[in-house]
Amino acid sequence: MNATLIARPAPPRAAFGQMVRNEARLAWRQPTGIIAGIGISVGLLIMFGEVSLFRQSSGRLGGLSTFDVYIPILIAFAIGIIALTYLPGPLVSYREQGVLRRLSTTPVPASWVLAAQMAVQVCLMAIAVFLLLLVSMVFFGATAPKNPGGLILALALSIAALFTIGLAIAAVAHTASAARGIMAATFYPLLFFAGLWYPIPLMPGVIQGISHVTPLGAAVQAMQYSMDVSFPPVAPLLVLAAYALVFGYLGKRFFQWE
Amino acid sequence: MRARTMTSAREPVQAAGRPAVEIAHLRKTYGTLVAVDDVSFSVAEGEIFGILGPNGAGKTTTVECAVGLRSPDSGTIRLMGLDPQTDRDQIHEIVGVQLQESAFPAKLRVGEILEEYRSFYRQPADVTDLVEAFGLAGKRGAYYRSLSGGQRQRLSVALALIGGPKIAVLDEMTTGLDPQARRDAWDLIESVRDRGVTIVLVTHFMEEAERLCDRVALIDNGRIVALDAPARLAAQARGGKSVRFLPSAPFDDRLLEKLPGVTRVEHEGQHVIVTGTGELVNAVILALHAAGLEARDVQLDASSLEDAFMWLTGTHLHQEGESQS
Repeated sequence: MNATLIARPAPPRAAFGQMVRNEARLAWRQPTGIIAGIGISVGLLIMFGEVSLFRQSSGRLGGLSTFDVYIPILIAFAIGIIALTYLPGPLVSYREQGVLRRLSTTPVPASWVLAAQMAVQVCLMAIAVFLLLLVSMVFFGATAPKNPGGLILALALSIAALFTIGLAIAAVAHTASAARGIMAATFYPLLFFAGLWYPIPLMPGVIQGISHVTPLGAAVQAMQYSMDVSFPPVAPLLVLAAYALVFGYLGKRFFQWE
Repeated sequence: MRARTMTSAREPVQAAGRPAVEIAHLRKTYGTLVAVDDVSFSVAEGEIFGILGPNGAGKTTTVECAVGLRSPDSGTIRLMGLDPQTDRDQIHEIVGVQLQESAFPAKLRVGEILEEYRSFYRQPADVTDLVEAFGLAGKRGAYYRSLSGGQRQRLSVALALIGGPKIAVLDEMTTGLDPQARRDAWDLIESVRDRGVTIVLVTHFMEEAERLCDRVALIDNGRIVALDAPARLAAQARGGKSVRFLPSAPFDDRLLEKLPGVTRVEHEGQHVIVTGTGELVNAVILALHAAGLEARDVQLDASSLEDAFMWLTGTHLHQEGESQS
């Protein structure tokens, strides 16, 4: 065997592209997150849209319809499920199986695989958000977001908060199954406070207060405002930024690559 | 430690040519456990160097320090003159590693894994050549999880070579392979060396070390107890050879013990094993004949690396899965 040496420019960019491609293939071949994050959220949106009662504006919801209220909730559900299904579990199993260790003997840092995973997840989230907005506007007469810039900022901060929470879970979990367990135990309460079962404006005062300081609750609040009113208030944006900072620090401090 | 340390183990043996690997006074502890204690050796370019010892002897820790996965407590390590701690980027470019316990994502295909790893290096090897050499050409489209143990092992070694390394560090390369696959892997390693790659081979298979390695370091309890060419180690260690035979009748051991050159007389069932130097067979047979006895079923054993290891450390190496002759 005669190894052919092919001169290449700097490896990094090509290597990152290859890693993203393989992480995308893995996400596609283990489609739980895609089915749940995109399939279920869009499915629920269509079901809610078909109930005509849900599309009447209600005084209790500040003049919005139940359907309007559910659009940001389903967006939060979609990005939450994609981040928390694809980040902590697979990352911890990479550590368990020695994938990260093997990578750290190559010119490419092991952290690149995490960046590649995040890149794939952000793409999936973008698809989910795009489909949810498109379906609600085209088929159910929802209005276009009033403040797209505010919505994008709210989304970016929400994604940052979710990623860092996922990283912190990966830092404390020693096995992939432990990571999935912690993920489930975290995610369902977060969904409750996001209003998936009971919209935030209808929650009793105390619960509503708690909801406003949970990551998905703050995310829904900021997205709702930018979709229906204007640039979101500072409070939910600060809550999201605080989560991203605190969990980002914890994740960076305690996550072990080996 | 029962080891009788050989003189050559103390100072690093100066290998001919420019050393590809130089390790001096390496020490690594985990809490109170001393995993590696004052290990020194150097490996010449193009050499196949074996690190041999029982499980837990410190072999893996030694190579993990060498490739920069662990930082040593003290001592110096140079690979092609580079320090794995401070010159990480360059080290990773020129050193290919096969780790003992590393898997790849179950749902990636062999070809996809190879392409990804290939993209990490500036001057990678040709994937088609590699998969052909490693018998994986028909498996490029197969998921990693569908590979047999032997195929995974071969992929792992192929990935260690995909960056076109100057040094390949292979940790327990043939563990879990069947005897035929193991021999194929040995041929492959020799062909890799023939292309000028220096190979550091960690193993606990004596046969592998004897067959492949130019020199071997025997490690026990974190220390090098001997370092030399396998054949010379074996000869030095036993101080000779042994004769095994079935006597026609029982006799007093002293009959043979008093012979010049005989160092030991042992019994193994009906058989007698005499260890010593010089014209051992003749001396034993003549002495028995003089006493009116006959030796049947006579076998002469030159000592092996296995004997050397036992003699030096008092420990058996694990021989798991080693059922072939």
